[in-house]
This record gives sequence, C-alpha cells and structure tokens, in this order.
Amino acid sequence: MSAGSVQQFQESLSRLDTPSTVVTPEEFETELAEIIEPPAVGAELAFDGHSLSGLPVTLGPSPSQLREATTGVTGSRLSIASLGTVVVESSTDGDEFVALYPEFHVVVVKESEIRSTLSEAFEWLRSEFAAGRQSFVLATGPSSTGDMGALVQGVHGPERVHIVIVRDDE
Amino acid sequence: MSESTRSDAERIRTLLRTESEEIKENTRLFNAARYDAVETVGAETHERYRTQAREIKEESIDRLPELLDRTRRAVEENGGTVYVADDAADANRYIRTVLAEKDADSVVKSKSMTTEEIDLNESLEANGCGVWETDLGEFVIQVAEESPSHIVGPSLHKSREEITALFEREFDPEEPLDSAQKLTAFAREFLGERIDEADIGITGANFVMAESGSIALVTNEGNARKCASIPDTHVAVAGIEKIIPSVAELEPFAELISRSATGQDIPQYLSLLTPPVETPTIDFDRAEEPEFGGNDADRDFHLVLIDNGRRAMRQDEELRETLYCIRCGACANSCANFQSVGGHAFGGETYTGGIATGWEAGIEGLDVAEEFNDLCTGCSRCVNACPVKIDIPWINTVVRDRINRGKDPGFEDLLVDGLVPDEEESGTPLRKRFFGNFETAAKIGSATAPLSNLVASSGVARKAMESTVGIDARRDLPTFERTTLRKWARSRDTHVEDPLRRVVLYPDVYTNYVQTARGKAAVRVLEALGCEVVVPDVGGSGRAPLSQGMIATAEGKARSVAESLLFYLEDGYDVVVIEPSDLAMFRREYEKLLPAAAHERIDEGSYEILEFVYGLLENGADIAALPDGDGNGVAYHSHCQQRTLGLESYTETVLERLGYDVLTSDVECCGMAGSFGYKSEYYELSMDVGETLATQFEPVENERTVVASGTSCMEQLDSLLTAESRHPIELLDPVDR
Ligand code: SF4
Repeated sequence: MSAGSVQQFQESLSRLDTPSTVVTPEEFETELAEIIEPPAVGAELAFDGHSLSGLPVTLGPSPSQLREATTGVTGSRLSIASLGTVVVESSTDGDEFVALYPEFHVVVVKESEIRSTLSEAFEWLRSEFAAGRQSFVLATGPSSTGDMGALVQGVHGPERVHIVIVRDDE
Repeated sequence: MSESTRSDAERIRTLLRTESEEIKENTRLFNAARYDAVETVGAETHERYRTQAREIKEESIDRLPELLDRTRRAVEENGGTVYVADDAADANRYIRTVLAEKDADSVVKSKSMTTEEIDLNESLEANGCGVWETDLGEFVIQVAEESPSHIVGPSLHKSREEITALFEREFDPEEPLDSAQKLTAFAREFLGERIDEADIGITGANFVMAESGSIALVTNEGNARKCASIPDTHVAVAGIEKIIPSVAELEPFAELISRSATGQDIPQYLSLLTPPVETPTIDFDRAEEPEFGGNDADRDFHLVLIDNGRRAMRQDEELRETLYCIRCGACANSCANFQSVGGHAFGGETYTGGIATGWEAGIEGLDVAEEFNDLCTGCSRCVNACPVKIDIPWINTVVRDRINRGKDPGFEDLLVDGLVPDEEESGTPLRKRFFGNFETAAKIGSATAPLSNLVASSGVARKAMESTVGIDARRDLPTFERTTLRKWARSRDTHVEDPLRRVVLYPDVYTNYVQTARGKAAVRVLEALGCEVVVPDVGGSGRAPLSQGMIATAEGKARSVAESLLFYLEDGYDVVVIEPSDLAMFRREYEKLLPAAAHERIDEGSYEILEFVYGLLENGADIAALPDGDGNGVAYHSHCQQRTLGLESYTETVLERLGYDVLTSDVECCGMAGSFGYKSEYYELSMDVGETLATQFEPVENERTVVASGTSCMEQLDSLLTAESRHPIELLDPVDR
C-alpha cells in the first residue's frame, strides 16, 4: 500500500473548501485547542499516543451537550489523499453523533494513515471487514444539498469541516 | 388527432410550460458535470470500472438465490432480521408489524425509491403513523403532495421561489424563507426535531453485501446516517437486486455512482453499515445525563428485501438487465426529451427516465410503461452514460413491441394493409405500422413522383394524415425523387482502374428515395479516392419498424439485408453507410436480430461514410482529389447514434484536413429522431428540444455552412433555421472541385 502525501491530501481538501492544519505530535494539543470552537464534544481518538482527554472537549456528552455543541471532534483511522476523504468509524464512543450534530466537525488524522486512492482505501476496508470491524462512513467535505435551489452546506450534518493532520513521530 | 393523442399533447404542453425550465437547467448541470468528471478520471479508467461493475451485476443476479441465503445468514448472525417480501402489500404488512411490536407511531425516512415503489408512506399513515421524509428533495415533494420527477433529484422540477411559497404556505414560519440558505436552515430545524423524536428510522440501501450483511448508503446530506443511528430501530428497505457478494465488489460502484449521477468523484457520505451498529443509542428524554442519555436500549435492525416482480424479471431474457441498474439517473440526465419535460411525463408511477420503462414494465405492468414508453426515441445517448452498460433503448423497444401486441385488435383495413406488408400481428396499431413501413410509402411515393409530392402536400391530404396516422401538419414532408439513387447508379458508366478498395454503398431508404443528392456525392467522392463503388438492390435496414417496436418486421428486414451484404463482404467488399441510424442498426441492434456470426461480419465490415473517407486518406488516398475548404466555416451537427458509436470525430477531422473551420454542436440531440418529430402529440416537445441546437447555430448560420449527418437532424435543422442544411459528404463532392 502506498502512502498518500500530506500535500496531495491538503490540495484535495482545499478543492473542497475544507481547511486543514498540519501539526507535530508535540504541537497537537495546543493547536487543536486553538481550532476548536467551544462548546465542544468529542469521541475519543482510536489511535495510540493521542487523546482528547486534556482538551476542552466533553467526551460521552449528554443529549443536551451534543445538541448545543458548536464543535464535534473525532479521529479518523484512514484518509484518502486524492479525494480529501476521511473515514469515521461507528464505535461505542458515538463518533457518528459527534460527527453529525455540531455545525463544525474537526477530524484528527495521522500522516501514516493517509492512503493515495479510493482503491487503496478499499484494500484497507476489506482487511477491516475481515477483522470484524464493519461499519464505516467515508466522509468528504461538509454535508450539502442542491435541493433548495442552490448548493447549500450543512443540512443534516456539519456546515464546516477542519482536518488536523498529525505528523508521524520523527 | 385522436382523443388520447390530444390529451398526451396537452399534458406535454403543460409540463413544457410549468416544469421544463428547472428540469432543463438541473439535468444539464448534472450531465455536464458527469462529462467533466469522466474526463478527469480518464475515459479508459472509467470504462474499466464500467466493465467491472457490469460483470459484478451479471454475476450477482445470476447467483441471486444463493446470495439471498447468504445475506439472511449474515444479518441474523449480526443480530438483525431479514424479510423477503413478495410484493408491496407483503412488505407494507411486515413493516407495520415491526412498528406495532415497537409501539411506534413516528417514522423518519431517508430517500428510497423502493419505498416509493411500495407506497410505504401511505400504508404507514393509514395506520396512524407520522412519517417524515428527511432528504430535502423528498421533503419538498412530500409537503407538495407530488411524486418525484427524477430518480436522484426528486424535486428537481421546482424552483427556489416555488419551494419558498410552498413552505411559507404550509408552515407559516416567523421569518420569510427567501433564500436557499434560509430554506435549508428551516428544514434542518424542522426535520432535526422529527429525527430526534422518531421511534423508527427507515432507509433504503444502495447496495447490500451478502457476506457481512452490510448495507451501503450514498448521500450528500447526512440524513441516511441520522435515520440509521438515532432511532434505536432501523428498517432498511431494498429490492432484492441490490445484493452484491461482499465489500470487495463495492469498489467499482463507489467509483461510479456519484460520478454518473451528479459528476462528484465520491458522494459526501458513503456509509458502509453493518447493523445493528455499535454507535450507542441516544435518549433525548434524559437530556442532561451523560453518555447520550445513558440509554441502554438494544438496537434492532430489519432488512426488508422486496421482490415485487423482480424474480420474474430475472427470468425474462430481455428485462433482466434492468436489474443491473444502480439508480444513478444518468440515463435521464443525458436524455434530451427528459431534459425538456422531466419525469412527470417521462416516467411511471415510481421510476423516471430511460430505464423507467424496464422498471415499470417489470414491477407495475405494461399499461403503466405504455404511458411514457414512446418518449424514448432510441437516440441511444443514454447507452454510454449508463455505468453498468445497460442497453436501455433496446429495453424500450422490447416493451414497445409487447405493448403493440394486443392493440387495435379488430383492425382490418385492406387499403392500409397493402401499405403495411409487415410481419406484425394484427394488433399493432395502424399508426405504428404506417411509420414502421415507411419504406413502402417511399417506394410508392418515388414511383409516382412528382404527383405524390404534390398530393401529399395538399391541405386535404395533410389533414387526413394528421387524423389517421397522426403526422403533424406543421411538419414538412420529405420530397420523393423520381429517380432513385440505385437507378441513377445503374445507369452510370464508370470504371475505376485498379481500385484501392471495392465498396458497397448501402442505399438506405432515405438516401435512395429522398436524399439522393448525398448518395450521389458519396459515390463520386469514393470514386475520386480510388474506390470501385456498387449500389446494390438492398432493402431497408429495419430501423423504421424497430423504432415502432415492430421487432418481428425489423428482424425480417435484417435477415434480408444480411443476405445481400454478406454476399459482398465474402467477396472482399467494404460496406459504407451514409445514414448513421442504419449503421447503428448494423453495429448494435443486429446483434439482437441476427445470428452472432452474421452480426459480427457485418459489424466489422461496415463503416460510416466519413469514417471510411478518413480511413482512405490515412491509407494513401490523395486528398487533392477533393475540393478545398479554403478556410470556410462549417457548423456541424453529428447524429446521436453516430456519437454513441464514437464516430463524430472522423467527420470533423476530414473537414479540418480539407481546410474547413469546424464548429461542432454539443447538444445531446436535435429532437427529431426519426418518426418522433412527425407525431402530432410530440411536435412541441420535438421543437423544444430542437431549440437548444437552434440557439447554438442561429448566430452563425449566415457565416457557416450547416451540415448534419442524419436525415432527421437535417429535417429538424431545416425547420429551425433559415439556411438549408447539407450532409457533410456533399462538401467533399469532386463535382464542386
Ligand atoms: S439504467 Fe444505468 S444510467 Fe439509468 S439509472 Fe440505471 S444505472 Fe443509471
């Protein structure tokens, strides 16, 4: 599997009008805290070494907190550089809700988990399915509709998305 | 005009007035975006996905019984339930039982054509259940109490202003909803509350993966995910044809579906869910408790797979392909008639657009399909658009043939019978038989010209033709030539020394009896380029009867054409065809009408006239034998079927090499397509479609020579423009040198 490049990923994201920030593991917490617009809810990141626990983010929120949050923070275990897509897993942490309710979705991805193409992402998906992890959403840009006479963002899902790319450890 | 013809005409006129503008704009946007997106990934890559997708669908439908079993086992192992419903009533009954078990009285739905097909909303509402569509397009349609006019964009025929007026009337909001943003915000608020409170979420499933029991949902709005995860009971409803073996087979569809539908590389949300999902349930009644209300309710999942005629379609050699459809709507978007009137004219009770005929014939019956089947002109523009390579025009033809049988059963008019020496059962309607037997009319017309032309153009005759066979009196009729092309060719004295190639010029009905000028030009051009040319005594290709759905007659014609042509082909001749719709017969439809070997031989031995000229020039023929273009301008309209076959560029290249400056039209279709434009009820529609072409050519018609490859296109152009159109081969005629 070839690794997709951060640069290609960021280019795709800018075509989707989706801002992105590249951070080192050390900068991760401070930078993320900057990006988050409170109040924020989150689902714990599913990768080693990084956590949302030290941040102003409510994990396992109440329904009211979920509804009132401006920002929802989730991790993504895989991204597709050519499309600007991130993969959100349906997990017991409620990633689905956190990614859908707030108007602003902040997604944390790891550089090493960026793939180049949809085809490579499917290779990964097949191995995940084989391992029994079988519910994922491939999300690309904010939710949108053309059904109201013009293209509008933020229908049932977020209006804005921000991707935070964490550099690999040196 | 008969009563039913009149009401069709009235309906079309009304839709042209009320819905056309929005439909046109939106379908064309989708269509243009599809072309762009395909170009970006590359035609070859796109073609590779299409081939894969086609193979997967063929295999899945073939293995359907086994895959159904596998799906059931997988879903049950995951903790869900599968129900296979025989028909709409069965499906609705089952879903009502699920609701009753849950004591549920509120349902939110995400877009699903299959639930439209079974009228699920009506069934639930009749049981006192509140149902809300959460896809904004579906929501608009629901509030307006209308039916979808497009598979992908159900409310695509409505303008923003209309939606504003509708919402302000229905919901009486505090603030005016006078922008798309405000409308969207209002709908999000309104539907968000409905979703949070709903007992049950109902979604469709774009694909069902047998091995893991997963479903794939394609959305841009995110509502399908909400419907699937917020209420703790999820019911997914899909036709049995949606099953594919596993996630491994999903990839080509993930590449194709949005690109074909809206020109997006991938939808905003492509969800692969294996319910019951692990997402915790949420309890809004305990709004202040952490962990989403601390609810520990179990998730429940029901997969309702609907037959409703599909197993019979699977057994039906001709309708089977319909089941490969992934409902992307590309066939509708690429269809010129659909672009003008949309799915409220070109669609049945549920499905709309090109493939709707196959669906409606399969699930509702021929009478529903009949209401709009004739709107398919067989132009074939949808053929290359379809991501699973369904031969949509063929399905429309087959259904038309089935509809024909059993019509006008008492019809026995000896006079007309003489005019229609076809192989159709006596049920076939008179008017279809008239158009289907145009060859006979042409033969008689030519033999009695110029008298026949004079008579045919008289007011009395035109009235009679309008009332008996529905030829619109506003259309100019073709003028028959007394000297046919064949007669002219026979009486010529020519000899080409040491010919480069030996050519059979196929004298199609129009070239032989009406447009002999282009036939003569073709003979002279081929000779000038060193070919020996014969114009043999071969009959019509069968295109005319085929487009009326008279398959048996078309097959008879095909056999007789094959007999003559194969004789020449075996002898080393090339077959050259002027009329693109006839070449398309040879290359495409003859596959269905002739034995495989005969079709293959004709297919590989036949060429479109300018394709052949291009080949001659590439192989050493001297371009100097043809007149120079001198930098003059040409406005060129290719022909639908010619473009489907990928032949448009040969004409452009040859003209450019001769020194012409070529402007090519980029509209989907001229709107005439054979007999279609002559029929009184379709006259206005035909002209409306033609408007787009006229808009492109009008500004240049004084500076450029207007040329068109197809007979119908030339006729349409002549009625739209002041300048007279010519066939491109006439510009190459050495007589003008
Ligand atoms: S027939 Fe082909 S183009 Fe038409 S909706 Fe189905 S898949 Fe799409």
